[in-house]
Amino acid sequence: MRNPITGETIRVNPFRGFRSIVYKEVLHIRRDFMTVFFAMFIPTLQMIVLGFGIDTNIRQVNTVVFDENGKKESRELIDRLRNSDTFRVREFVQSDAALNDAIVGGRAKVGIKIPYDYSRQLLDRSTAQVLVLIDGSDSSVAGQAINVATSIGFEESLRRALPPRYAIPVEVRPKLLFNPDSRSPNFFLPGLVAVLLLFFTAFLTALAIVREKERGTLEQLFVTPVRPLGLLLGKLVPYFAIGLMGLSALLFFMRTVFQVPIAGHVLLLYALATPYLFVNLSIGLLISSRANTQPEAMQLSMMVILPTIFFSGYIFPRETMPLPFYILSFFVPGTYFVNISRGIILRGAGIQHLWSDGLVLLGMGVLLLLAAAKRFQKKVIAT
Amino acid sequence: MKEKERRLGETEALPDGAAIHAQGLVRRFGKFVAVDGVDLRVDKGEVFGFLGPNGSGKTTVIKMLTGLLPLSGGAAWVDGLDVRMDAEGVRERIGYMSQKFSLYDDLTVTENMTFYGTIYGLRNARLKQRMEATIELNGLEPYVNRQAGKLSGGWKQRLALGCAMLHEPKMMFLDEPTAGIDPVARRQLWDLIFELSGHGVTFFVTTHYIDEAERCSHVGYIYYGRMIADGTPAELKALPDVRPAGTKRVEITAPEITRALRLARAMDGIRSATVFGQSIHALVEERFDLGEMRDALSGHGIHVTEVRTLEPSLEDVFVELTYKHKAVGGWATE
Repeated sequence: MRNPITGETIRVNPFRGFRSIVYKEVLHIRRDFMTVFFAMFIPTLQMIVLGFGIDTNIRQVNTVVFDENGKKESRELIDRLRNSDTFRVREFVQSDAALNDAIVGGRAKVGIKIPYDYSRQLLDRSTAQVLVLIDGSDSSVAGQAINVATSIGFEESLRRALPPRYAIPVEVRPKLLFNPDSRSPNFFLPGLVAVLLLFFTAFLTALAIVREKERGTLEQLFVTPVRPLGLLLGKLVPYFAIGLMGLSALLFFMRTVFQVPIAGHVLLLYALATPYLFVNLSIGLLISSRANTQPEAMQLSMMVILPTIFFSGYIFPRETMPLPFYILSFFVPGTYFVNISRGIILRGAGIQHLWSDGLVLLGMGVLLLLAAAKRFQKKVIAT
Repeated sequence: MKEKERRLGETEALPDGAAIHAQGLVRRFGKFVAVDGVDLRVDKGEVFGFLGPNGSGKTTVIKMLTGLLPLSGGAAWVDGLDVRMDAEGVRERIGYMSQKFSLYDDLTVTENMTFYGTIYGLRNARLKQRMEATIELNGLEPYVNRQAGKLSGGWKQRLALGCAMLHEPKMMFLDEPTAGIDPVARRQLWDLIFELSGHGVTFFVTTHYIDEAERCSHVGYIYYGRMIADGTPAELKALPDVRPAGTKRVEITAPEITRALRLARAMDGIRSATVFGQSIHALVEERFDLGEMRDALSGHGIHVTEVRTLEPSLEDVFVELTYKHKAVGGWATE
């Protein structure tokens, strides 16, 4: 900047007021602990529900059996189904109508009918048929039931086709990497880190600034020599610190209560959380440049938080999304951090695998912060 | 964050060094012209009272002078700095107190002051010294550790003023500083304003109270974006519009004042009349015979107790000017 009269260069510190704002913001946070508590509430609830409650593995599906055959062979087959851990035989029925009714009525998701000629067909060395009815209204249960029922059928066929004590020709041995027991906390909690940090930062920063709008103190600040960058960064830093504390707490509970091991370097996780926090805080600033009241800010925050929950791959795998959503997911910062978090915690990925995600986040953060600073300069003044 | 002094050229833009100087100030919001060619000059050490109805552009003018709003036209200098070029420099030198006493309710008096003080670059010993002085000047000692939200209106206003003057600005902008505070606090605020003005601080104060305007050394009246009066209270009272040639102002004290007013307004030679307490203030033609009026009112059973000639008040000034501009101007309200 240049003094218009003397032509001298004016050295304006673009961060003017930064320290004062940090000082004040820390006092606000200490006095208004309820807001921080509120921001913690939803992620904590998610952690408890997803960590303890939801088990995405399908076990013990209610099953109803119509055993028309009632011989040794059919009982053997029923035992095999029971032993698979996928099916829990709840009841035996004596007619097709009853079998159907059990599924329609929701008492069972799978109905198995073993026809009267089952054992005779086996002895005749012709094909014995078994009917498996599956309730398709829950696709994940249906998929699992089909797979298990089919493979039990194959095993049973092989066993009967091969001579006794003859080795099975091909055996596929799937091995689940990184989450061998396919425990759902291992899958959800690293992703939850992304959502939690978003709540802590975007949401709290937006509220902090909108509150100043409501009180009229923002206008007052703009008549002081505080510069927009000093104001914005001064607001960011305390919530950044809170975000890091939230991250630490989440990692602690994940490790101790939910027993999710961290395969990679925790320090790398912190290092890469930094650009992510930066993005979120900038989003918070953008929200606050638009919203004039706290409820408005909450609504706008939800518009950011929901896409993160749905499109980041935190709950639904991105690969199976329809193309428009898949493309959209590239613009959701959470996508990159879910990948970083799962990469480090579950797969033990290093910086060589994750640097590009970090770089994208950094780029997003810089762009968003500049946009927020620009909007502030224009918008706040015109109120 | 090392904040070195800004290397500002101290050259005054104006040779005469007025504290505030505005020429043809214009501000448009879309098609709406909020401020329409305002000229303004406030000398150093003056207490400038800025009056006008709500929505007439008072706050808009303040926002332009403090660099909060860009100018749509015209030019303005504050303390010699062009607000279009160096809004930052202007902000450094002024103190501003908004209508709402924008304080942080959850911060204590000391914390609010520390915050605003450090923003202006006050540190350590200097900050401590300025805070002590300001606390003493504003009588805030008993409340230093109280949260601002728990102070009464008058004390909030003192704290807000204290925060605005910590950095010893030479120019103070107070936007309706006395709205909603009790009469004692109002009186004390004005005492403080005059004390500081005695030390060379220039004040730009907006107000709704005519009695406050009477105290000012310089008064401006803005009506729908235009300055329709500008001068010392005495100058304004002497304006030809306020005291047209061949007229005088009289005060008529009488019982049944509203009936008397109705009768008086119908009389020939009375140009305007309005009630003040137990009396009528009227603008009458020089030839108007006060004795005749007495008799006329007596005829209706109203016995005038006192008639005396009157100096116009600032209220009279603003009322007259407003009527005149409504008649002449034709610029619509809103």
